[in-house]
Amino acid sequence: MFPELNSILNSTPDSFKSSDFILVSDRRADASFLIHHHLSFYLRAGCKVCFLGLVQSFSHYSAVGQRLGVSLAQAREKGQLVFLEGLKNSIGVILQEDTSQETQPLSYLRTPGAGLEGLFRFVESSVRQSGDGDAGESWGPPVLLIDDLSVLLSLGVSVGAILDFTLYCKATVCSELQGNMVILVRCEEEDADDDEEGSNLLQRGLVHQCNLALHVEGLPTGYCRDIHGQMEVWWRQEGETICNRRKIFHFKVHDKGASFFARGTSSAVL
Amino acid sequence: MAAPVRGMIGSTSIGNTTSFQKKTRSKLVSIPGTRPSVQNGQLLVSSGVSSLDYVIGGGLAVGTLLLVEEDHYDSYSRMLLKYFLAEGVVCGHELFLASARDHPDDIMQELPSPIVDDVAGMKISEGQSQPSDPENPDTMKIAWRYQNQPKVQTALASSVRFGHYYDVSKTMEPELRQAAKCHSFYQLQETPVVTASSPLPSPYHSLLKSIQTVIRKEGFDGSTPQSKVRNVLRLGLHSLGSVLWGDDVCCKDNPAHCHALTTFLYILRGLLRTSLSVAMVTVPSHLTQNRAVMGRIIRLSDTAIALESFKGSEKETNPLYKDYHGLLHVRQLPRLNCLSCEVPDTKDLAFKLKRKQFTIERLHLPPDLSETLVDVQMGFTVTCRILEMSQGRAPL
Repeated sequence: MFPELNSILNSTPDSFKSSDFILVSDRRADASFLIHHHLSFYLRAGCKVCFLGLVQSFSHYSAVGQRLGVSLAQAREKGQLVFLEGLKNSIGVILQEDTSQETQPLSYLRTPGAGLEGLFRFVESSVRQSGDGDAGESWGPPVLLIDDLSVLLSLGVSVGAILDFTLYCKATVCSELQGNMVILVRCEEEDADDDEEGSNLLQRGLVHQCNLALHVEGLPTGYCRDIHGQMEVWWRQEGETICNRRKIFHFKVHDKGASFFARGTSSAVL
Repeated sequence: MAAPVRGMIGSTSIGNTTSFQKKTRSKLVSIPGTRPSVQNGQLLVSSGVSSLDYVIGGGLAVGTLLLVEEDHYDSYSRMLLKYFLAEGVVCGHELFLASARDHPDDIMQELPSPIVDDVAGMKISEGQSQPSDPENPDTMKIAWRYQNQPKVQTALASSVRFGHYYDVSKTMEPELRQAAKCHSFYQLQETPVVTASSPLPSPYHSLLKSIQTVIRKEGFDGSTPQSKVRNVLRLGLHSLGSVLWGDDVCCKDNPAHCHALTTFLYILRGLLRTSLSVAMVTVPSHLTQNRAVMGRIIRLSDTAIALESFKGSEKETNPLYKDYHGLLHVRQLPRLNCLSCEVPDTKDLAFKLKRKQFTIERLHLPPDLSETLVDVQMGFTVTCRILEMSQGRAPL
């Protein structure tokens, strides 16, 4: 959890907006540090978290979570965190032709054209498990975290299927259960006439659905060792105001967190 | 399972836990040719080129994938692959080499020979090449105080150094090469297996199956009992994505199997994360028409570098580049078990292949903009170099 980011987004683990769909995207940069922030944020807030870890192993998130002050292994044991190991389980699906019940969420690997229904059923069953009667623990509103959604494009799933999946998730998690969703999408360069099924199309579709968009890019002036990039925050306004708020910050990622500052105020420059 | 820095706990726990264990208080398992990273405690192996190790943050982390985008004639990327395999032979690691164009045995025969430290010891063992004292060739005339010291071990049978140097003009001795265990996969000799249910085309599928079999059989994923000594498996996959692998991502604008290579890399990374292995994959990226696919391939790998050689391009005669053979672009550096990644201070790197070393140097010095104090003298030299470079003169 990054305290500076909490103040920028005006949210703390004790009081945050519910039914929120947060989209984290990047272009030729790495925005995964924001996923670590949200993971530790919602675990601290006591929410029930369903994490689809499609690109890294559990111990990676666990090691980073340790530095940020949350224990993922403990959360998983208590039942607060449900983690889908994408990398490890996908080997079995493709190479061993494993068709057991456990690999149903990853059925898109076998038949990419069929869509993400198996994955949605997994998400639905994870977020609806509340009041198990196990330890009497009742967690807060459910949160769905996905890292990252654009890897499904590399595995052959179509943009339309992914957008359908996010709509279903939004309807279940945000509208029905008043929970939050945080999705990471990684894009490439804007190619005007090239790719119909590109990640840019996916990102545009998701920006249309989301409430808050955090977009991470490299600095427009070139590479700098002390400023790792710029982050654009965009809020969708509900209510009377017509114009949408948009702010740009520069950031630097440390070992134990990230610092955000207004453009031009990096300590390297001043 | 990668990076077993937790030590020998028990084979059952190794099977349950996944890779990238953080360095704990328990004793370190030492595998020859590896060392822990100073930043995040990852277990690193050398890529065979010490300046490349420096550029990518100390070495290749066990369990990760290094992607090399080939240069136009595949000369330097092939050289890097040979360095990688030669380092594996010298450190005693196991090798897995897959190629579709040249037979893996041909590539193995071209490995560069390692440079031995103790030159004097080698000459005495050769005998006739040097005029020595006829009565007693072993008496030392100058360093006689060291006469009674034990001879330095010249055999590289179990070298524990990290990173070695190689002489490109000589090939590795067959005895040294055959001491290393090498599994090979030659695409043109494999029988195609009909896998109707898999989204992967047959060559990639059989390659993955072959890699998985080797990992399981030799116990790199921790499935063997504790008595076996731990080792690292080095995978070298040459020219993936080229037509000889049955993939048309490199020759068509809208390939029929546009997800084959990306799915392959995804599954390969899964296999690497759950075993003690490192992979180096070379891809002829200059042949892909679609830049978006190349972007996805880079994101699916951990470390990605691209080689751009000057041969045949107009840069060959540019006086700025006259000392170098090509440019090296670092496309991506991994964030393993930590938030931050290795941040290089400059991205303008050029390489040159000398007989005994593959050097990677900074082409320009970066602007003097940092949070720490910089020596005034160095700042002055920096400005001079930048002025000279911009005027097209060679630096001092």
